[in-house]
Amino acid sequence: MTLTLRSFLRHEAILGVLLVIVLIILAQQSDKFFTTANILNQGRLMTEVGLIALPMTFVIITGGIDLSVGSILGLSAILLGVFWHNLGLPLPVAMVLAIVVGGIAGLVNGLIITRFKVPPLIATLATLALYRGLAEGISQARSVRGYPDWFYVLGQGDMLGVPTQLWILIALTILAALVLGLTTFGRATYAVGANETAARFSGINVDRTKLLIYTGAGLISGLAAVIFVSRVSTTRSDMGTGVELDVITAVVLGGTSIFGGRGTIIGTVVGLVLVQALKNGLALSGVKGDGTIVVIGLVLILAILASNLFSRDGDG
Amino acid sequence: MSMETATARRVIFPSTLARTIAAYGQELIILFAIIALFVVVGTVAPRFISQTNLTSIFVGNAYIAVAAIGMSMIIISGHIDVSVGSLIGVLATISGTLAVAGYPVWVAWTVPILVGMLATSFIGALVAYVRIPSIVVTLGMLSILKGGLISVTSGAWITNLPTNYLIAQFRLFGVPSPVWFMVILTVLAGIWMRNSAFGRSIYAIGGNPEAARVAGIRVERSTVVIFAIHGFFAGIAAILFATQLQVIQSTVPANLELTVITASVVGGVSILGGTGTVIGSTLAAILFAAIGSSLIFLNVSAYWLRAVQGLLILATVLADMARRHRIK
Repeated sequence: MTLTLRSFLRHEAILGVLLVIVLIILAQQSDKFFTTANILNQGRLMTEVGLIALPMTFVIITGGIDLSVGSILGLSAILLGVFWHNLGLPLPVAMVLAIVVGGIAGLVNGLIITRFKVPPLIATLATLALYRGLAEGISQARSVRGYPDWFYVLGQGDMLGVPTQLWILIALTILAALVLGLTTFGRATYAVGANETAARFSGINVDRTKLLIYTGAGLISGLAAVIFVSRVSTTRSDMGTGVELDVITAVVLGGTSIFGGRGTIIGTVVGLVLVQALKNGLALSGVKGDGTIVVIGLVLILAILASNLFSRDGDG
Repeated sequence: MSMETATARRVIFPSTLARTIAAYGQELIILFAIIALFVVVGTVAPRFISQTNLTSIFVGNAYIAVAAIGMSMIIISGHIDVSVGSLIGVLATISGTLAVAGYPVWVAWTVPILVGMLATSFIGALVAYVRIPSIVVTLGMLSILKGGLISVTSGAWITNLPTNYLIAQFRLFGVPSPVWFMVILTVLAGIWMRNSAFGRSIYAIGGNPEAARVAGIRVERSTVVIFAIHGFFAGIAAILFATQLQVIQSTVPANLELTVITASVVGGVSILGGTGTVIGSTLAAILFAAIGSSLIFLNVSAYWLRAVQGLLILATVLADMARRHRIK
């Protein structure tokens, strides 16, 4: 246990140093980078990915993966518009229902994975297509606009000078870190990922743990959808396309092992900030949006490459 | 429920037929599904089975079937490649750029195949030797290739393609060349996978890599070769895609990789590796193309297509898992 704890710290220390170096280099590239306005704005932009990265950390620690989070985001966003605009429900009710739909979508993932023993990769690849397809089919490429002003506080407003959604992200990050680090549920999450059979024999309800985690991933994706809609003032069926890549990159970069059993919320936060800083820094240095996707992909592969080489050193 | 149907089937069919169904069950189901679809939709909307529409279904989607051959080998060996859609886009652009730049057409046809093999060999090496899961490598490759392509081309289309370069518009004995490619490559790959030592080793690696290693298969090297073969098929798919119109768009259909994976999985390639055939994946590619086309003739919005795709893949996967549990 102490050994794994030390290797956590080692990975996060390396990552922290890397982050500092990246921040210094980027600050040299553009004098706009280290302004309060820019930093707060980046916080706003990374909230959706950051929120989903929290349950994704749990998912990957159990040895699973959830590729459908971007599609759940799209589906919840579309249904938020449908519930409010087409069905005429009060907006707060529509918001809650959209989040509930996300939770149901996550629960379906969990049921497919635990009841039918379908590998998470394939199960969520299938639901990635299914949920996005439902979003496209329901919306018929129509977007919903014209939300009331109070709704935009969530995605565009400030509280005490800090973007509203950043408060939500901070609160949920602390909650996730506490649950993962200090509760029996958190210990069960690690146990399931480290050795599922052993976990089962130790009396851990493996299926229930996984079911809760995938449902949580769905719920948070639904929440991210509501914030996303509030931030961009419109719903479209292609919302959240490719978000899973950003989320998984942040989590894996943060030291969570893709094989399960290892990872921390703090690591995920550092990974998230690193990815966002890279995106922002590159954009400020004149690299176009598509160029930054290339960098994210490279960073993902290099991060795993490095962590694999390190862990092999540790084993030997 | 599924248990009962299985028992019922065993009682009704004589043993040889039962054995054929057991061996090629998924392929036969898809074949029947295709026939049923053509009969039903053809009755409701006769123009669905007109020669023009049939040609457009087969010619427009043959490249997906070709790409699914390589994908099937990848999945049978226990891996996955979610970057194949972007790879096809990149290779098509390379091919078109060469053709427009005045290189001989055979250069424009072969270079993309070689580049494709090189790219997937690199993925295979990372998977086999550095032991990075294929999903992570190919997720990374997906964004590198996709972002790289748009950055380089800025979304511009390639036009003025020489006529003798447009191989997908050639015909042999009146049949469009993509159909020939699809049929011949499927049959050759199917025979090769069934009968050659290397073909069998793909199944062995996917079924149980440790057992394959003990049996003397060099798992790492074979994995790289399997990925290279996958790149070969992706290259051919890219050329068929690039030459089917008079222009090459810098984007591929959204979620092309998912369509290719769906064809493999729905075609009976087990998601857990070890079983499946490319005949199944080609049939599934045809089925899926036919479903897409029939939605139009049945006046169903094309926006539902992806939901149908998702349902199909989910249903097949669940059936596959249910069957495995029954065998146990």
